[in-house]
Amino acid sequence: MVVNEKIAVEHGLKSDEYKKICKLLKRTPNITELGIFSAMWNEHCSYKSSRIHLKKLPTKGKKVIQGPGENAGVIDVDDGDAIVFKIESHNHPSFIEPYQGAATGVGGIMRDVFTMGARPIANLNSIHFGSPQNKKTKNLLRGVVHGIGGYGNCMGVPTVGGQTSFDSSYNGNILVNAMTLGLVKRNKIFYSKAAGLNKPVIYVGSKTGRDGIHGASMASASFDDKIEEKKPTVQVGDPFTEKLLLEACLELMAGDSIIAIQDMGAAGLTSSSIEMASKGNLGIEINLNKVPCRETKMTPYEIMLSESQERMLIILESGKEDLAKKIFDKWNLDFAVIGKTTNTKNIELFFDQKQVAKIPVNTLVENSPMYDRKWKKSKLPKKIKYDRSKLKNLKIKETLKKILSSPNICSKEWIWQQYDHTVMGDTIQKPGGDSGVVRIHGTDKAVAATVDSSATYCWAHPLTGGKQVVCETWRNLISVGAKPIAITNCLNFGSPEKEENMGEFVECVQGIGEACKYLEYPVVSGNVSFYNQTKEIGIKPTPAIGGVGLIKNYKKMITMNFKNTGNQVLVIGKTEGHIDQSLFARTVLNEKNGPPPEVNLFNEKNNGETLLNLIDRNYIKSAHDVSLGGIITAISKMCIKGNKGIELKIPKFLINETEYFFAEDQGRYIIEVSLEDLKNVTKILDKNSVHYDQIGKIIDKDLIINQKTKVTIDELKSYNTNWLKDYMV
Amino acid sequence: MKSSVITFPGSNCDRDMDVALTKFGFKNKMVWHNDQELPKSDLIVLPGGFSYGDYLRCGSMASKSKIMHSVINFAKSGGLVMGICNGFQILVESGLVPGVLLRNKYLQFVCKNVHVKVDNKENTFFKNLDKKVLEFHIAHNEGNYFCTSDQLKEIEDNNQIAIYYCDQNGNTNDQINPNGSIKNIAGIFNKEKNILGMMPHPERMIDESLSGEDGSIFFRNLFNNIK
Repeated sequence: MVVNEKIAVEHGLKSDEYKKICKLLKRTPNITELGIFSAMWNEHCSYKSSRIHLKKLPTKGKKVIQGPGENAGVIDVDDGDAIVFKIESHNHPSFIEPYQGAATGVGGIMRDVFTMGARPIANLNSIHFGSPQNKKTKNLLRGVVHGIGGYGNCMGVPTVGGQTSFDSSYNGNILVNAMTLGLVKRNKIFYSKAAGLNKPVIYVGSKTGRDGIHGASMASASFDDKIEEKKPTVQVGDPFTEKLLLEACLELMAGDSIIAIQDMGAAGLTSSSIEMASKGNLGIEINLNKVPCRETKMTPYEIMLSESQERMLIILESGKEDLAKKIFDKWNLDFAVIGKTTNTKNIELFFDQKQVAKIPVNTLVENSPMYDRKWKKSKLPKKIKYDRSKLKNLKIKETLKKILSSPNICSKEWIWQQYDHTVMGDTIQKPGGDSGVVRIHGTDKAVAATVDSSATYCWAHPLTGGKQVVCETWRNLISVGAKPIAITNCLNFGSPEKEENMGEFVECVQGIGEACKYLEYPVVSGNVSFYNQTKEIGIKPTPAIGGVGLIKNYKKMITMNFKNTGNQVLVIGKTEGHIDQSLFARTVLNEKNGPPPEVNLFNEKNNGETLLNLIDRNYIKSAHDVSLGGIITAISKMCIKGNKGIELKIPKFLINETEYFFAEDQGRYIIEVSLEDLKNVTKILDKNSVHYDQIGKIIDKDLIINQKTKVTIDELKSYNTNWLKDYMV
Repeated sequence: MKSSVITFPGSNCDRDMDVALTKFGFKNKMVWHNDQELPKSDLIVLPGGFSYGDYLRCGSMASKSKIMHSVINFAKSGGLVMGICNGFQILVESGLVPGVLLRNKYLQFVCKNVHVKVDNKENTFFKNLDKKVLEFHIAHNEGNYFCTSDQLKEIEDNNQIAIYYCDQNGNTNDQINPNGSIKNIAGIFNKEKNILGMMPHPERMIDESLSGEDGSIFFRNLFNNIK
């Protein structure tokens, strides 16, 4: 087939990008070469629209061992231990084929982590669906949850946390972001940088099939009416093979045979081989006849672009082939020497004794397009005006019922009970808390992880929203007693070719950067997913942030369930009564406009660090951050989990009761302290200038407000737990 | 006391079981599925997981693996064998305990704490246990125990039901049945009661920081019974 511009455009390249390819090669590429360029230059692999902005994120810190640019980020958790983690999107395939899309998303992120030598110890996910009334939502949710469980459960890695939201902006583009944490000794981390000449290039894992061809290109375009036809671009997962691959790789990694290793994820053999060569400033030569294929008569084009799962590419020390092969034989996995490293700085492919491609590596990587796309700055919306006198007529119990049972607040137990969250025997905080917590096996330490996003805030004002998401993960970690260390981000946006969407991206990233810098909470890995768009309609900007923190002594971990009758309950942080963009505004006032709550980074840091200090002194019996739904929602969840009641007396404020309860001001926590400790706690809070309200005491049963309104714990439970269960029937 | 845990390709609770057995005093060895011979053991454990990816039928391929010949011989000569979750499925597929394990009634994987009632204490696994109801943890997709009515009669006549799903007070009813198992059966013995298959994972409940501690009670008791 003779390549021309039309074919290039069909591969998702722009006309000028095609011209650039011809110029770089000084000739017309053949079809295999064109395929390789299209795979490397698409948005998903090249970050061509985002690179210029991502550079501004803070990525360094005392605890950072490896920042962005590798398969995953790595942080130091003391005593020679390190945590490898990353979040990644699998949005487009999950909409087309929810089970496989979600499953392979989970498989892909776990490979990114164990490629670096780390054993995965926890999975999390952030999943977003269209409005519950949308006819596709239920099946997509069911399929995605089954897929995530199907893969993670089989791998034997606990899924310890996550987030699920519903919003009509996801009607045509759901989001599936998967995050994995792995544990490694810091002196046994493996990287993807090739080194040395004539070193054997090894292919291990599953055979290559025709699945997933052009997966990365598909994920770099908006959806249209013909989306069903894209099904063949979705990969098919086999978690069993991945489990074997994990064990085999870790067994090989225990020795010293590996120079570099890279999983075959998006754009398969193409991106893995080119990335390794590029990082090592080397060439690579591959004989495609040696690649284990699942189907007959696969062409070089198909072999290079297949996104078959559960495959790895390894550059081995010369002479270690037999030793390595033995391990992969033991685990019944394919093992093939398919090529070698060279000094040509080209990627050279051979098939049936003929050279079928020869491309300078730098043209694919350094010379890949980079765009400084036009973007539009967002204005801070004006505050909404609502009739405050009407609030007085609202029955608090009815309102609370509405909020607790709303799809974005209600218990997600139906989802996480389908995930094995206790395998590996170290899960000490299960899903449903502020963060998932797993012990570092055999030590007193534990790692906390959370994943959050606030699309509504980001949509209203991207800069504030970006900051807020980072702060929310920070609070979720602190609420369990973990010191926040670093984040990974999954940036889900619409088309970068639209100025509004690009603006949302730029400003969210700016907000994330500002918060991370101030909180000394760097970004160590991440992923960008653009084109979450169907025709002209894009999703709300949804950066999902995965935060990771360390608990030095896991016995000091905090949970959110109220503990003891008679204990005092305090709100840390100031409640100004910010109703705009709150769940209350949307569900009760039916108001979608207004600015999101302001983020005050000084208060965030001060409040959080003070709370950590209190936790360290053993003053805190339970804690929970205040987020969606405000104070009363947070307290209700603490009552439900602890099976305890509370007698609330609202301090006399200028703002009214409803605003006090449902406002979504930032930087706040609910804490439980004993009567004896109260004085010491308030002393420390005062000393650190942390605002607090003493709002009640724990009682045996019922949530009682100002001696007037009474809600039983069973009522709270039924408000909170029934919606999703009933919806999924 | 010596124990052995078999690792099949796809087992994923083998390490957890090793940790638990070791914690409660067993000298444990890990045994590879492709080995022919078992080390000298007082207890063999088939751990949870997804042996052979649960392809074909859960436990069916593992039941034909090399080491299973030795396990079956060991069991038939009276040796103590325990299969947890996928291990239970392997026992069923090997014919070492009666019945089958179907897909959960609600067609969903289920991971949560459950209570189980121990009915029969005249066996090495539960003898001297001072609790009647234990809180265990389940995590499975195919734990819906089923057998024919003739088999059920035989199982009941021989007191082969080891544990039932129940509420915290020991009452069994449909509401607390997590997977649709016939008679709320969570675990059964062979006739001689030297083989125990059960869906719950006691190895996930072995210290107070985890989901609970009733697994510790189970293992401590088991160790003392074998000693």
